[in-house]
Amino acid sequence: MSTPKMMPKTMFQKIWDRHVVLERDDGQILLYVDRHLCHDGSRQGMSKLKAAGHKVRKPAQTYATPDHYRPTNAKTIDDFKDDQMRGIVEELAENAEIFGFHHFGLDSDKQGIVHVVGPEQGITLPGLLMCCGDSHTATHGALGAFAFGIGASEVAHVLATQTIWQRKPKAMRVSVEGTLGFGVSGKDVVLAIIGQIGTAGATGHAVEYAGSVMRDMDMEGRLTVCNMTIEAGGRTGMVAPDEKTFAYCEGREFAPKGDRWDHAVADWRTLPSDEDAVFDTDVTVDGNAIAPMITWGTSPENVVPVTGVVPDPADEPDLSRRKIHEGALAYMGLTPGMRMTDLSVDKVFIGSCTNGRIEDLRAAAAVAKDRRAVVSTLVVAGSVPVKRQAEAEGLDKIFTAAGMEWGEPSCSMCVGMNGDIIQPGQRSASTSNRNFMGRQGEGGRTHLVGPAMAAAAAVTGTFADVRDLMAKK
Amino acid sequence: MEKFTKLTGKAVPFDSINVDTDQIIPAPFLSIMRTEGYQGLLFHRVRRDKAGDMNPDFIFNKEIYADASIIVADRNFGCGSSREGAAWALVDNGFYSVIAPSFGDIHFNNEMNNGMVPVRLDEAACADLRAQLHANPGAEITVDLETNTVTAPNGDMHSFEIPDFNRERLLKGLDEIDLTLNYTAQIERFEAQRGQTLGYIDD
Repeated sequence: MSTPKMMPKTMFQKIWDRHVVLERDDGQILLYVDRHLCHDGSRQGMSKLKAAGHKVRKPAQTYATPDHYRPTNAKTIDDFKDDQMRGIVEELAENAEIFGFHHFGLDSDKQGIVHVVGPEQGITLPGLLMCCGDSHTATHGALGAFAFGIGASEVAHVLATQTIWQRKPKAMRVSVEGTLGFGVSGKDVVLAIIGQIGTAGATGHAVEYAGSVMRDMDMEGRLTVCNMTIEAGGRTGMVAPDEKTFAYCEGREFAPKGDRWDHAVADWRTLPSDEDAVFDTDVTVDGNAIAPMITWGTSPENVVPVTGVVPDPADEPDLSRRKIHEGALAYMGLTPGMRMTDLSVDKVFIGSCTNGRIEDLRAAAAVAKDRRAVVSTLVVAGSVPVKRQAEAEGLDKIFTAAGMEWGEPSCSMCVGMNGDIIQPGQRSASTSNRNFMGRQGEGGRTHLVGPAMAAAAAVTGTFADVRDLMAKK
Repeated sequence: MEKFTKLTGKAVPFDSINVDTDQIIPAPFLSIMRTEGYQGLLFHRVRRDKAGDMNPDFIFNKEIYADASIIVADRNFGCGSSREGAAWALVDNGFYSVIAPSFGDIHFNNEMNNGMVPVRLDEAACADLRAQLHANPGAEITVDLETNTVTAPNGDMHSFEIPDFNRERLLKGLDEIDLTLNYTAQIERFEAQRGQTLGYIDD
């Protein structure tokens, strides 16, 4: 019997096909959710579920941890000074009791930012379909999962049915070719991509990041790149699983073991896009040309190399964008032509689901070692395991010796919901993912950078080209 | 969910690209439960000046738009955070439809899950609508979900597309969970089959 020639498929298409529960006549597709991640902010969806009298269909496939509302100075629930935040974190524990899902509370050695916890605990695995009521859920795609963010109503829907209605997004491949230069990180890569394609450049698309730069990148870097897919508007971002992915997953708590591990890896090897698979949109980014990046405006697409200057809105041909750029400069207190390295910084934040992993902290510590922070700096590990690993390596001592604050795992100053905010007019160097107006506090001026660049800003008090500081070591 | 069939109302021309959901509703308000209501929170931060007073130049602060129910926006409306609070702030402040060239994917779904109709029209059509509204503040637009059309103040008609599934839900005001529970047998069948193919996964 001859084998019929199969249509070549993208990785995204392969994973999508595996999860189709049904397709309606109107083209709407019901997809199965393998693993659902929740956090303390998922309470709105859980409350809706309770009000309607539904149960959680698959509590064993639902994993929750508090992250948005944990103050960075609260080691235990008793340390919370804000009653509302305490109540919200306690509510998640109560919901875990009621519904029976996995819960990594403040007393758990697995607690952390949900997008750090998933990969770290082996909850995130290649080929799985995952959802979370948070826009940075594409993070998990770094391991070859199809993962996307959803709203509160959809959280309730996934809890009640373990499924989600979707229409298939288009497929986009972003190939980052070449080799990254000295001092250039995953954060710089994703900021360069967003700078090139724009903040809506991937809207309506499932993105696969490919090319030599992505293949050479470590898992932490890939997690950072996929994490910011939403800042280009993408529904999901993913990287084909490879030996690095398998080595990363092996032995983790919720990953398969023994014979099942072998079956899993054999299956995962079939996931990467077929060689002649066709993407609706194909973009190439020159990895050789990427420098440490820094945002200047109020959208992640407003980005320049650290060696660059604040652009002149008059040079922007798109009138709608020009108007936004003018407003952004006024908000950020900048004028065209200013050199980025001439800007002084008031606050530095190192952490978040974008850059709160061990490699990020190592990169920041390498710059901070034997130096002093000259501006207020907060370093927050993304999870308890990251924090413990950092402490085992003495990174916390490097940070505190430099005069930096070392906080408990939470989303912290990325979104400011736990009280960690900057003041009106203050300028931050932040390893987080959004420089939106007021994101880090009303009137706050956020510049997004990678962890080494953030540490460089901390020890110099201005934005600095971290490559110069690294060369001096 | 409330039904949406046809809406005629005042429309606010909002000339801004990339309106992120942090602008629509700042994060500190997300601790408010849905049932408490999101009245008065729409664009809470961006509609105020540094002193915290209402900025009279911000278009949503103009008296003429106090009872507006439609927004005509620019590209990439509702990008960024998945917070459904952005849709709640819109609907609780009387806005049942946003017309824009493009939307953030998650926010687009959030609007539809709250009885709102997000309408995608091309950039030229949106620019023309905004120009008409600026020229004649308080002018009305009609969004008709039964005919999938938008009627401009000058009478021009624009057709729009919205997924049939969502259109039907909006027209009938159907709850999504109730609808999906009708497919429980298919979900159970899928789960049984999944147990064989994904047997290596511990649930």
